[in-house]
Amino acid sequence: MAGTHKQSRWTYLLVLILLVIVIIWSVPIFGLLVSSVRPRDQVMSTGWWRALDSEEGFTLDNYRQVLGGSDQTFVNASGETVRASGDNLTQAFINSLTVTIPSVIIPILIAAAAAFGFAWLEFPGRKFFFTLVVAILVVPLQIALIPILRDYQTLGLTGSYLGIWLAHTGFGLPLAIYLLYNYISTIPKDIFESAFLDGARPMVVFARLVLPLSVPAIASLAIFQFLWVWNDLLVALVFLGGTNDVAVLTQKLASMVGSRGQDWHLLTAGAFVTMVIPLGVFFSLQRYFVKGLMAGSVKG
Amino acid sequence: MNTNITSAGPPAEGGNTFLVSLGRLAVSIFIPLAAFAVLWAGFIFLRDSNAPQTIIALVAIIWGVGGVALLFWVTDYVVNRMPVVVAKKIQPFVFVGPAIAILAWYLFIPTMRSLYLSFFGPQSTNFVGLRNYIYAFTDSRMLEAFRNNLLWIILGTGGAVGFGLIIALLADRAKGEKFFKSLIFMPMAISFVGAGVIWRFIYAYKPLGEAQIGILNAIVTLFGGEPQAWFTIRGLNNVFLIVILVWLQTGYAMVIISAALKGVPSAIIEAGRIDGASELRVIRSIIIPFIAGTLVTVSTTIIILSLKIFDIVFTMTNGNYGTEVIASMQYKQMFRFYDYGRGSAIAIVLVIAVIPVMWYNLRQFSKREGF
Repeated sequence: MAGTHKQSRWTYLLVLILLVIVIIWSVPIFGLLVSSVRPRDQVMSTGWWRALDSEEGFTLDNYRQVLGGSDQTFVNASGETVRASGDNLTQAFINSLTVTIPSVIIPILIAAAAAFGFAWLEFPGRKFFFTLVVAILVVPLQIALIPILRDYQTLGLTGSYLGIWLAHTGFGLPLAIYLLYNYISTIPKDIFESAFLDGARPMVVFARLVLPLSVPAIASLAIFQFLWVWNDLLVALVFLGGTNDVAVLTQKLASMVGSRGQDWHLLTAGAFVTMVIPLGVFFSLQRYFVKGLMAGSVKG
Repeated sequence: MNTNITSAGPPAEGGNTFLVSLGRLAVSIFIPLAAFAVLWAGFIFLRDSNAPQTIIALVAIIWGVGGVALLFWVTDYVVNRMPVVVAKKIQPFVFVGPAIAILAWYLFIPTMRSLYLSFFGPQSTNFVGLRNYIYAFTDSRMLEAFRNNLLWIILGTGGAVGFGLIIALLADRAKGEKFFKSLIFMPMAISFVGAGVIWRFIYAYKPLGEAQIGILNAIVTLFGGEPQAWFTIRGLNNVFLIVILVWLQTGYAMVIISAALKGVPSAIIEAGRIDGASELRVIRSIIIPFIAGTLVTVSTTIIILSLKIFDIVFTMTNGNYGTEVIASMQYKQMFRFYDYGRGSAIAIVLVIAVIPVMWYNLRQFSKREGF
């Protein structure tokens, strides 16, 4: 736009409106962050926006309690000293990593292989199977919960990592295959022809050529799948069950809401613990994430 | 990749092809067996070990990821031991086979199985005909869930796409576009459960007279209003929950719409402006028609998301005070009432609801060339 007087005034107005919207959008997260570092009695008695009024300052005790599971003593409203047990989100944090890392890598490996097969190999039923993949893209995963839960009960897979990896693999595959197919099918044909002429086997072509060439698409997909698995609650509830030694962060946080619904100093710290990694991934890899979103706005 | 079997099998001697192929056979049986033994040992370790959590987690990750790579490598190895004609036929299935098998187990077949189970009672033993569907479409809580889901779809999608469009249009014309967009987009990274906690805190309620710690009630009391327990206000409480979805998804809508805006040819927009059209007119008559396809795609995605919404309701109200949705009802049928028949019927209802989108996707796909 040319910089006439009228237009520049408009630009200031625009920026002002945007600032207001952005502040409204950020206040919820900001309030959470501030509350998570305020002492317990402060969080309970005054709003977080008055944090600077108080002389007690800030503390990391809330994080110590939710992460370390260390007990905390405090004096309650009626003057008694109360001990509150910690929540040990550290364990849940490790569980979340254990669930998430393979649940990202396994489906991507399998989907990349399948996408390569669909794009560059000839076999009977190729179109039929790929049509099925497209059809299943938007099917809600609720459809699979009961049948798969029964299979898991028979196989003894409920509450096991293997069970939930496979479940996330199954539910993530359609989109992963679809996105990677779109990418891998656009790799120039000559690259393959010369490799096949040299006598390379498809597995070698896949590992040495296709995978390295697909890194941008794989990165987008990995971020997508990572956020999806890390933030998932339903699949974890159904297939991991409620036992503490395998429960992931979202399960723990949801159960904290149930058991400590008013302990805002702990809930805010706990919520922030669950958000640290996805926010980190988001800010460092936003570019890839946006690309993945653009390519795959069809997930079921 | 190891195709040099002489290091493992006996060296080929002149004419002694029988021994060589016996050796080859032994090796090609031994390698898959060894691979499966390793995987099995890992499985047993993970199931029974009392090692510290971190070690188990590490082993689990290596075992899970390495296992898949190993399986691919071993099947490829075995296929390549086969006669060339057979190998050529089987080769593609080494690549697409695992995916098809997993999709079959986790999505294709379950659709049929859920359909079948939906005609049976809670324990799936007695045939009940359409009774579960009659329940799904007549029970008062189910009807409430349908009404609420409709609300989620209309307000959630409308809100997210509406705000997304407005913010994208504003940001497109302002300086510091990246900064603004990045902050609006940020909630996309947060889980529904995390967002639930964030918004519970905003809606937090203390009786009149006490200092309000929830910002919404603080604002209400600042203007002389009475603090409200927002989640117990029937009807309106759904809207308070839907706000969370809008907060989370606006960034998504904005990013996609914003990319589409960059694709609108500036020549057309300039032409409109030179003709004296107001900025609003330019947006309504030139830009919106141009990005209509994108708006439909974004809306569809958020509609499907709203249809399946579960986590927010589960953590915030657990369906109480008239906030039940279809997915939360399905979860309750499964895990509170152990009624697999009703649970399956509700899942089938969800699938029926997405059939139009599925049909549209398939039609788009069949138009594509190269397949």
